[in-house]
Amino acid sequence: MNFKHFISILTLLVSLSINATENHTDTMHAATAANNQESEHTDENKAFDPVPTIMHHVQDANEFHILGAISMPLPVIIYNKTKGSFFTTMSSAFHPHHGEGHLEVEGYKMEHARIHSINGDEIIDFSITKNVFGMLLGMIIVFIIMFVIKGKYNTIDKAPKGMQGVIEPLIQFVAHDIARDNIGKNYFKFVPFLMSVFFFILINNLLGLLPFFPGGANVTGNTGFTLVLALCSFIMINIFAKKDYWGHIFNMPGVPKAVLILLTPLEIVGLFIKPVALMLRLFGNILGGHITILSIASLVFILGSAGKSLGGSLAGGVIAIPLLIFVNAMELFVAFLQAYVFTLLTSIFIGIAQEEHHAHH
Amino acid sequence: MTGLAALGCGLAALGAGIGIGNIGGKAMEGIARQPEASGEIRGAMIIVAALVEGAALIAIIVSFLCK
Repeated sequence: MNFKHFISILTLLVSLSINATENHTDTMHAATAANNQESEHTDENKAFDPVPTIMHHVQDANEFHILGAISMPLPVIIYNKTKGSFFTTMSSAFHPHHGEGHLEVEGYKMEHARIHSINGDEIIDFSITKNVFGMLLGMIIVFIIMFVIKGKYNTIDKAPKGMQGVIEPLIQFVAHDIARDNIGKNYFKFVPFLMSVFFFILINNLLGLLPFFPGGANVTGNTGFTLVLALCSFIMINIFAKKDYWGHIFNMPGVPKAVLILLTPLEIVGLFIKPVALMLRLFGNILGGHITILSIASLVFILGSAGKSLGGSLAGGVIAIPLLIFVNAMELFVAFLQAYVFTLLTSIFIGIAQEEHHAHH
Repeated sequence: MTGLAALGCGLAALGAGIGIGNIGGKAMEGIARQPEASGEIRGAMIIVAALVEGAALIAIIVSFLCK
């Protein structure tokens, strides 16, 4: 299946089931309305449904919504597979309001903040979407931090201060506690890769926790992003692997030939399970965290029946705020933990591939 | 079918909860017995917890897809 559009498919599934239940309740309502119970109909119809709102926030989008009716236009680059041509514009050309475009441009329309073809042409979206924008921003921040810190080491007679004092222990932590302890004597070759992965994931996790404009894109909670990271890890693990590692996969020493028929396929599957697990772990943790935060925030709207009851909103706020502070603090920890776990597991797998066995009995 | 998927999701969370609870409990015991080894025990604990969690997440995503 196409993992890049995994979230879209997931959202589609969820929204389909919501549509199905809505249709169902509509017929139910029609039945109750026939029984002159219209008050119940209107009350239930106005209940706040948090699922579409939550999915809208964790999903990728072709525009970056800032506040109210203000949103940042992003470039749209679409390859039309049926016509075999490119189409480029800015997302503001669709005159979107909350992700729903009011205008159609050259046979394309904007629905749920994504561009679709009106006559059902097959399209590939290469746009700078919200997630891509968030990722580029994270990349720029990592670059700026690292170059500023690097400049400070031209004069090393002073004690580290400011940002240096935060980054230096982290760099030591990645280089020594993660890479050296798990990879072994060849560890230094892998430190640049591990360091990039660690800081890239960390900065994007932290940006994702910001509830306002430059952050808030669910970058690390997207299978496309984690898939590419896991692919990089997969390449780094296997391309530098030693002879013994392949020997243990295709021809496990000291195992009878008959058992090898069973064992070798398992080992080959294990080769691919590792990056898939890396991918799903980061994706699941970050997406899960975002959905939890948004669900708790939705409590205000559910209890306040979508802004109509002040008392309910207040009660929701009183319950939601301490919970939100707790969950956000926990997500801050998870942001560090997942960056750590991804780097740690990558270096452990690299360590396994680097190991050399000299004697078998 | 949706109900079954949700049930599977819950079972996966239950299994991961039991597994990570065991890991955490044993790690605490280990640290209490040998506080000087707490760094190494904590590192190993996080690795094993991450592996258990990976299995649970795969189960949860499969239950999503079965919906």
